[in-house]
Amino acid sequence: MREILNSFRTLWLVFLHAFRKRETILYPDVKPRLAPRWRGRIILSRDPDGQERCVACYLCSAACPVACIALQATEGPDGRRYPKFFRINFSRCIFCGLCEEACPTYAIQLTPDFEMGEYVRQNLVYEKEDLLIAGPGKYPGYNFYRRSGLAIAGKDKGQADCERAPEDVWSVMP
Amino acid sequence: MSEILQQVAIVLGVLIGVITIAAGLIYVERRLLSLWQDRYGPNRVGPFGLLQVVADMVKIFFKEDWIPPFADKPVFIIAPAIIMIAVLMSFAVVPFAPGIWVADLNIGLLWFLGMSSLAVYSSVLGGWASNSKYALLGGMRGSVQMLGYEVFMGLSVMGVVLQTGSFRLIDIVDAQQDLWYCVPQFFGMLVFAVAAAAESKRLPFDLPEAEAELIGGYHVEYSGMKFGMFFVGEYLGVTLLSAMMVVLFFGGWHGPLLPPIVWFLLKTFGLIAFMILVRGSLPRPRYDQLTAFGWKVMLPLALANLAVTGAVVLLTQKP
Repeated sequence: MREILNSFRTLWLVFLHAFRKRETILYPDVKPRLAPRWRGRIILSRDPDGQERCVACYLCSAACPVACIALQATEGPDGRRYPKFFRINFSRCIFCGLCEEACPTYAIQLTPDFEMGEYVRQNLVYEKEDLLIAGPGKYPGYNFYRRSGLAIAGKDKGQADCERAPEDVWSVMP
Repeated sequence: MSEILQQVAIVLGVLIGVITIAAGLIYVERRLLSLWQDRYGPNRVGPFGLLQVVADMVKIFFKEDWIPPFADKPVFIIAPAIIMIAVLMSFAVVPFAPGIWVADLNIGLLWFLGMSSLAVYSSVLGGWASNSKYALLGGMRGSVQMLGYEVFMGLSVMGVVLQTGSFRLIDIVDAQQDLWYCVPQFFGMLVFAVAAAAESKRLPFDLPEAEAELIGGYHVEYSGMKFGMFFVGEYLGVTLLSAMMVVLFFGGWHGPLLPPIVWFLLKTFGLIAFMILVRGSLPRPRYDQLTAFGWKVMLPLALANLAVTGAVVLLTQKP
């Protein structure tokens, strides 16, 4: 008997659901709200000065669990290392973010964009031109070469931010 | 001559109207279920998703209508037709409004009970002719459930007949001018609702089909238009159940301001919405719980209702 009356209570409670807001997000008319840290499409960012941040250290390729990043390093005339080609196979990428954690220069970043559908599978392999963006991405104001101690054109040893001039070892000898 | 034309027009109107309602229920049920489940139903195809019915119809028509080679062919083909025939024939006696009915039988209620007994054959024959284990299981469970619940379906409406004094559905509607029968025959209404929901294999009594959702069930081997017949037959059953409840317990076409046919349709849709609410809320009982409920709870309740109604009618009848 109690179950029968409980059924009526169930009916009433379910009926009240008619007056609640619906939980569905009507994509594509309404886009979902994504956090800035949401792991979406991968980009390569640039310095505040406009040069690309990637120093082709292979750390992201080594960290990638599905080996979807391929690159090759080369050096420019000003002493900066940069990737000759940088290829990410997005049909393999699992958007885990390990490459972003491994990158020492904040070059590779994951953005909250997921609309990357293609009809031809080969179009899912993104080259450097497809990945490079014009701005600094999520970490504005960081310039790796301004911080590191490497000497490149325009910056000698000792001229980086927060770096002291190199000691002349012969001047401290007794 | 014009009378014959009028009759033909009424017959065609009822037939087309009922089938349209049953097809529209495909869409209405999904929208109402989603309303009560905090989500949207089909709202992409056409304005408010109304063309979903067309899309579903096209899908059902173009599906491959395959008859399994191990099935019993003539019975396999007849089984879905039986439920459509039985339910559509039941609609012949339902009075929609003053003057709008197909047949005026003075045993209209008995006709309805007989036709719903015939509808049992569809699931049993479908399960048997499919010649597959799960279909057979579904068909057998369907037969036990429908047989058990048929018993008190007839008994539950006997209270209405006692109070009216006639089996004629139009007399029953006319007798409800002052007070709808849902008030004095409250328990009869409950028992009839449960029995008719079990007859049309509607949740929470859809064990013959739930095997369909879980494993197989009596329509596992069906595809294409035959499956569509089972499907639309179930929705026709829901419409018939709501229409009969309106006629028997909720006053038929009586109501204050609006024209009678509008009242009938409003009440029928209200009851259809209630059945969809029941589908969306209640869990499915286990097979033995279902049979025990039917025989041990509902049958005594129907008999008690009949006895009390009979006693009251006897005591209050004018000599």
